[in-house]
Amino acid sequence: MSAIAVEPSKRGIAGALPRAAARAALLVAGLALLWGIWEGYRWLGIRGHWTWPFEVNDTNMPHISKIWHAFGQPLQPDGPPLRHYLWHWAIFTGKEALAGFVLGAAIGFFLAVALSQSKVVRRGVLPYIVVSQTVPILAIAPMVVVGLGTKGVTPWVSVAVIAAYLTFFPVAINTLRGLLSPDPEALELMRSYAAGRWKILWRLRVPTSLPYVFSALKISATASVIGAIIGETPASLQGGLGYAIVNFNQYYTIQPANLWATIIVCALLGIVFFLAIVVLERLVLKRAPENFA
Amino acid sequence: MNAVSIKGVSKQFKAGVTALQGIDLDVEPGEFVSLIGPSGCGKSTLLRIIGDLTKPTAGTVEVNGKPAERARRDHEYGIVFQDAVLYDWRTVAKNISLPLELLHWSRSKRNARIRDMLELVELSGFENHHPWQLSGGMQQRVSIARALSFSPSLLLMDEPFGALDEMTRERLNAELLGIWQETGSTVVFVTHSIPEAVFLSTRVVVMSARPGRVAGLIEVDLPQPRTSATREEPHFFELVTQVREQLAAAGAPLGETQEPALVEDQA
Repeated sequence: MSAIAVEPSKRGIAGALPRAAARAALLVAGLALLWGIWEGYRWLGIRGHWTWPFEVNDTNMPHISKIWHAFGQPLQPDGPPLRHYLWHWAIFTGKEALAGFVLGAAIGFFLAVALSQSKVVRRGVLPYIVVSQTVPILAIAPMVVVGLGTKGVTPWVSVAVIAAYLTFFPVAINTLRGLLSPDPEALELMRSYAAGRWKILWRLRVPTSLPYVFSALKISATASVIGAIIGETPASLQGGLGYAIVNFNQYYTIQPANLWATIIVCALLGIVFFLAIVVLERLVLKRAPENFA
Repeated sequence: MNAVSIKGVSKQFKAGVTALQGIDLDVEPGEFVSLIGPSGCGKSTLLRIIGDLTKPTAGTVEVNGKPAERARRDHEYGIVFQDAVLYDWRTVAKNISLPLELLHWSRSKRNARIRDMLELVELSGFENHHPWQLSGGMQQRVSIARALSFSPSLLLMDEPFGALDEMTRERLNAELLGIWQETGSTVVFVTHSIPEAVFLSTRVVVMSARPGRVAGLIEVDLPQPRTSATREEPHFFELVTQVREQLAAAGAPLGETQEPALVEDQA
């Protein structure tokens, strides 16, 4: 009998090292390519006096090396280098984003569970959830900060709420889709065991939805970082990347590299969030390999 | 008491299609009954009505003397579909364990039963595999083990081997007969395949399409236990011919029966 067994592919340690090396090489090649495109465009743009879509000069496109250099430059005379500040701002914004992400993901998930239980509720509530995302976040953010502030909520928590506002939506929509996705026969099987609504939910619908949930979490992970950065601006909350962006914007013509350095840190923060979800997915999901994106 | 007792069952779908009309059928305990007929004859629908997965528009169904719904709630039957319908996130052992968990069996009792079932379907050693690591035939054996894990007296099977290749199918046919004899359960088996129906069954129910009706009953008096040699006996061929003629008489276009799949699949 065992002759027809399809053995799972053995992942030997022997193969792991070259694979890691290949990945690292790919990463380096990718970064080198980006560097090449940036510097190449810059070189051509300056020589050709390009003005469309923007004028290419040292302000609009500083050398990558200048941006790199900016990380080590002190922000104030005799102060610590920029990277020291960026690190603390990133931690601050990361904290907001993480709290917002967890809050938003939990709200989104339980909202989807509630919606999955009744078509009537779904029809009634879903349009408003969609509408919630068409409202500009920049308009809501000050209201949230001021509104919660009068209740004595510390500003960074308000920013987390704004991040949650961006996070919950993809989670709710995707989880709902996942919860409704079991095959008719999988549902019939549960029915044949006379399983009730809750058993069907926890033993069939939720596990079936997990790949969808993780797809949503990947989107939300980066969205929560963006939400936190955007949330800081109208909140005039100092100490995070959002405030730094506003600040460096004002000095852009003098020190463009500072803003670029901050942008890079924002991107890295988003990537860290994204990768954390990828790792979590690998640990949690026990599915056929084709279910991993 | 009959294992299954069907009286005057009809089923009409909302679209106005009559899937089943006036079905009467009794299945005795320990019987192996196959339902055979062209696509659209409502055989899968009838199986689902026995399992109370869909309600008849008219008539009554009793399983072990209880109304179908009560029987379902009392876990009187196990079911196997054409697809194995295994849960991807559970191992083989955990899949078999699913109905036992829903029945609140203790862990030690569950583990003992899982071991027995794996032995029964000859999959010992695969308990920690996940479904996608198994071949189609192995998946279907897990599905059978799951259906039988809580020892229901009735096994409902909806074209369980329909998606498998001929060789795997014949081997699983033989294995299923062994399991049937070992467990002594009653089996109602839906199939498209005439040789499969004859080889497995003690009785074949031939159905006609549009509306689905019982067109004939054929006693299969091939001696037990049946082996691959059974398939070569002249009497086997006589019975196959008999079923084929009944199907033809019932108006089934033999060979391919192309249908808009809506009738029984959309139930």
